[in-house]
Amino acid sequence: MFKQRPFRGAASFGARRGAHLLPNARLGGPMPWVIAIMVALTTLAAGAALALTHVANSARSELAGGATVQIVNADDAARDSQAEQVVHALSSMPGITQVERVPQRKIASLIEPWLGSQTGSDGVPLPALIDVRLSGGADGARLTRIRQALHRIAPDARIDPQAEWLKPVFRALDALRWLALSLIALLAFTSAAAVWLAARHALDTNRETIEIVHHLGGNDTQIAQIFQRSVLSDALLGSFLGVALGASAIGILSARFAALDSGLAGTGALGLSDWLVISLVPAGAVLLALSTARLTVLAKLGKML
Amino acid sequence: MKSDGEIVRFDNVGLRYGTESEVLSDIDFTLFAGRFYFLTGASGAGKTSLLKLLYLAQRPSRGAIRMFGNDVITLKRDRLPAYRRRLGVVFQDFRLVGHLSAFDNVALPLRLAGLREADLRQPVADMLDWVGLGNRSDARPATLSGGEQQRVAIARAVIARPELLVADEPTGNVDPDMALRLLRLFEALNRLGTTVVVATHDLHLLRRVPDSLIMRLDRGRLADPTGALRYPPRGPIGRTQR
Repeated sequence: MFKQRPFRGAASFGARRGAHLLPNARLGGPMPWVIAIMVALTTLAAGAALALTHVANSARSELAGGATVQIVNADDAARDSQAEQVVHALSSMPGITQVERVPQRKIASLIEPWLGSQTGSDGVPLPALIDVRLSGGADGARLTRIRQALHRIAPDARIDPQAEWLKPVFRALDALRWLALSLIALLAFTSAAAVWLAARHALDTNRETIEIVHHLGGNDTQIAQIFQRSVLSDALLGSFLGVALGASAIGILSARFAALDSGLAGTGALGLSDWLVISLVPAGAVLLALSTARLTVLAKLGKML
Repeated sequence: MKSDGEIVRFDNVGLRYGTESEVLSDIDFTLFAGRFYFLTGASGAGKTSLLKLLYLAQRPSRGAIRMFGNDVITLKRDRLPAYRRRLGVVFQDFRLVGHLSAFDNVALPLRLAGLREADLRQPVADMLDWVGLGNRSDARPATLSGGEQQRVAIARAVIARPELLVADEPTGNVDPDMALRLLRLFEALNRLGTTVVVATHDLHLLRRVPDSLIMRLDRGRLADPTGALRYPPRGPIGRTQR
């Protein structure tokens, strides 16, 4: 009966044995649902951050080499003459890849909702607009050189980088992106806090058994592993539900924005790499729950002898 | 410094709970490997507190305790489990895990030590047979009588063949025949080299183990032995009383 046993040293309990030893180690209760809600919100925030990044990047790259030449002259003939000379001069300048005069009809139709149809030679005078594409970006020094060159042939010409007009829009997009990232950090913190509270409660519920396990030579790591395994099932369930909910919401919103047929909204569509990033959200939530539970349990056990 | 055969050594140990006065004072003794000790004393004399120090559930307020050759007071927490696995403890209140069967309670020290399931089934079944509970192995503690729970607690304490067995009133809830049977179990373990410390009120029990050594606690201090009681052990294995 008192045979020497072939002990292997402190070992981790199997999942079934561990759950059997500490049946209340599961966070249980509403915890999978709390994790599901947090993951769903994080998925949405991550999707929004990625879409906003695409919109901002797309707009920046599109406008980076863009400049607009305006010729402001009430005399139609003088304005058209200057415009033709500007188009001709720009077309022969090095570093300019595209020069296109915007038809006056198109300008009139663009501002019609604000000024009505009485524009052009019969009403409010419209400037001539020339869209210019520069290779390698429309920086200040290049624009100054172009401005000086144009001044000699078209004294009424003004050239502005297109990105300059949209700076407030970029700033707003950046702010929204940071807001989404802050939301993700806040949700991660809240999730960790919820797991921390639940793990402490589960630990208190099992305190008596844990003391016995300690007296019998069980170590903190063995106990923490039992809790981790229990938390794993809750976190997996919650994360799966959460990401399914969040991804569905993103899918519906994407379809709605795509239906707007707006140039800016269309550039925010999520690609495969974005979905791969989003798929990290549930994995991160599971890791966060596991590490929080482990650290909570080990910290609390460390206070016991 | 560990002398030959020395397994536990208390030097000038005192214990107080919070700001109360000391429940144990100036405790000096040495336990030697392979000996059988009884710890006696009236209720409230400090037996359970002394045992708590022995099974590393409590750190003393002062003094030094060496166990298996090491100072266990300054020992880091994460090294305590390795020492506890060398001990077997029978708690006065049994401290069985309520939701585990008798079998799983007895198997717990073996599982914690990493023994494979296939290797522990037979020894646990044998041990339950030995304490007369072979037919109750699936029973939860709540469905067992006090005596049966005590036997499960004893089976759990001895199953891993500890180097030091500490038992707090292990025969308090069993009939005289079972008490004797359990004592034989402790003696069998002792013959295999386990040092046994049994705290008991039962003076009849002391006479059943002729080679045992007796420590008597009186109001938190180890009393000098009288008559047949021998403390500290005289002869070649004892250390001189200071």
